[in-house]
Amino acid sequence: MSKPSAEISAASPEAVAERLAASRYLADESLATAIFLAIRLGKPLLLEGAPGVGKTEAAKAIAELLGRELVRLQCYEGIDAAHALYEWNYQRQLLAIRHAGEHEIDIYDDRFLIARPLLQVLNAPEERVLLVDEIDRSDHEFEALLLEFLSDFQISIPERGTIRATAQPIVILTSNRTRELAEALRRRCVYHWITYPDAGREAEIIMLRAGDVAEVTARAVAAAVQSIRARPLAKPPGIAEAVEWANAATILEKGGSPWPEAFRRAIGVLIKDEEDLSYIAPELGRIVEEALA
Amino acid sequence: MMRAENLPRATTPFLGFARLLRRHAFAVAPEQVSGFMQAVTLLGPRSMADIREAALATLAPTPDRRDEFEAHFQSYFYGNTSAMVEGEADEETRIKDDSGANDEQIAAEQQEEGGELSSAMEQLSAREFRRDNDRLTAFRRKLASALPARRSFRTVRTHSRGKLDLRRSLREIVSADGDVPAPFLRRRRTVPRKMLLLIDVSGSMKLHTSDYLRLAHAAVQGADRAEVFTFGTRLTRITGALRIRDCNQALARAAAQVDDWDGGTRMGPTLLAFLSVPRFSAFARGAAVVILSDALERGDHAELQTAMRRLSARAYRLSLATPLAGDPRFRPATAALSAILPVLDDLVDGSSVKNLTDFILSLARPAPTAEAIWKRVS
Repeated sequence: MSKPSAEISAASPEAVAERLAASRYLADESLATAIFLAIRLGKPLLLEGAPGVGKTEAAKAIAELLGRELVRLQCYEGIDAAHALYEWNYQRQLLAIRHAGEHEIDIYDDRFLIARPLLQVLNAPEERVLLVDEIDRSDHEFEALLLEFLSDFQISIPERGTIRATAQPIVILTSNRTRELAEALRRRCVYHWITYPDAGREAEIIMLRAGDVAEVTARAVAAAVQSIRARPLAKPPGIAEAVEWANAATILEKGGSPWPEAFRRAIGVLIKDEEDLSYIAPELGRIVEEALA
Repeated sequence: MMRAENLPRATTPFLGFARLLRRHAFAVAPEQVSGFMQAVTLLGPRSMADIREAALATLAPTPDRRDEFEAHFQSYFYGNTSAMVEGEADEETRIKDDSGANDEQIAAEQQEEGGELSSAMEQLSAREFRRDNDRLTAFRRKLASALPARRSFRTVRTHSRGKLDLRRSLREIVSADGDVPAPFLRRRRTVPRKMLLLIDVSGSMKLHTSDYLRLAHAAVQGADRAEVFTFGTRLTRITGALRIRDCNQALARAAAQVDDWDGGTRMGPTLLAFLSVPRFSAFARGAAVVILSDALERGDHAELQTAMRRLSARAYRLSLATPLAGDPRFRPATAALSAILPVLDDLVDGSSVKNLTDFILSLARPAPTAEAIWKRVS
């Protein structure tokens, strides 16, 4: 069922967490357990959480942990089989027919088949990891199609027959929960709800991710971001924004702005909504000072 | 796979936990239970925390029922039942409260009709009531085709006005031995937009809430994708309840879910709360949003204004139906109304079922903005 290489890299939840940290992703115990279970049980991993908590990053880190290539399928409303599974290259087929003249030619040959993400993963399950990103954006029809793919790991092409995976591929699904996913899909997956990290962990993430940020700065940023997230904003800042903010403030500080001022001037990379900005502006000074204290 | 008869005794607690969850209306599939046990085995289990992690990952409770799940876990594996008992008792009283409120509401309605209107009018309104039911049935049938449409990415076969369908045409060419018969065409399908109903259930709307809920029921039944929320002092999603086909049963279920009947209104804060939940605010994106409320916001209306501006930025069309507009002397003159008028697409009369159904069925047709219409009137 699962491959030896996957078993070695996922010997226990702690080993998973360690290897993820090596690829610059800090997972809490619960997420590491979910990843461990998904790999060992051979089930897809469904990650849900607010925008900006690092769902896609987690998928990238898992691919790195397994030493495999990540194939990403970005979902959107109206995505269909031709974008997800495969498509025929009609222009080449027509040209080939014309070119062949009297000769016989198989226009359903491999060279006319354009493999889309799901087929790509099916062709090389031991070398690739499939990421189905933001599945909540797709419509119900696509979810049904995906369900079929995830239960049997096979694709039927009418002109070619059925293509099966030789091994169980590793699949990661992410969702922002803008709508409820079908129960059948949730049921098939190992599930994990990612929350925003606490201040300590966020500071560690900032240290790990940002170029060169002092530890004091990272802690201050983490504390300030925690306090900003507690307010009713239209778009609460994600982890990536926090990292950017720490970076931007450091650059400004090196350019000659003193500390609290540098944070205030770099706020544009943290909060990207005009209304949120005007809401937070009067309090920002106090938040930053409290975080620096 | 393991078979039931030769399951080791140690697995019984896990099966029992799954059964407990099912009794409390969690959807737990057999494969999830076997996944749960496999996960526990894989993890050791070295501690109770391992079992908890395994349960969370494989039994997948939805985030909004996570607390309930935790409570069940605590009570089952640790024997800590205090949290559960409280929860259930609370739910029971809530149901009682609601049915009481409902009766009161109907009584109030009858009183109102008897007291204020003349006898001729009374007869008329009785007939109106019966006619409303027929009207809602017709409304339900027409709704799906009357909602505004958008173009989908999916295509349908067509014989005219379309783009070339290369796949089908090529197959045809090959099977016809290189001849090019009439090419096949395809066209992008149109699908109805989502509809979002936000119903004010505060005290000032008392006379209309039952009508509105029946209308919402018809809308959920008729449209492919309709969502219904009620708001007063808090926000409640009742779409699930309204999916029940039988109207009375659905309304009873919805009534049990809403616990801020006939209270005050905090329209601005509740709408902001609605927008701050990503999956809720996504319902509004590209949707026809109809708010059924008198928009009598007490105190500061700044929050209401922000909420309405954000809603209108997401929605395809934002309409406010107020029962006050049934009065011919009505003008959008209150501070709150005149503040939100510029962002409204429609401000219409919501005093009767007839007016409302007619309006909703006309949503696909373009109309001048609310501001333009009401400026002309005043």
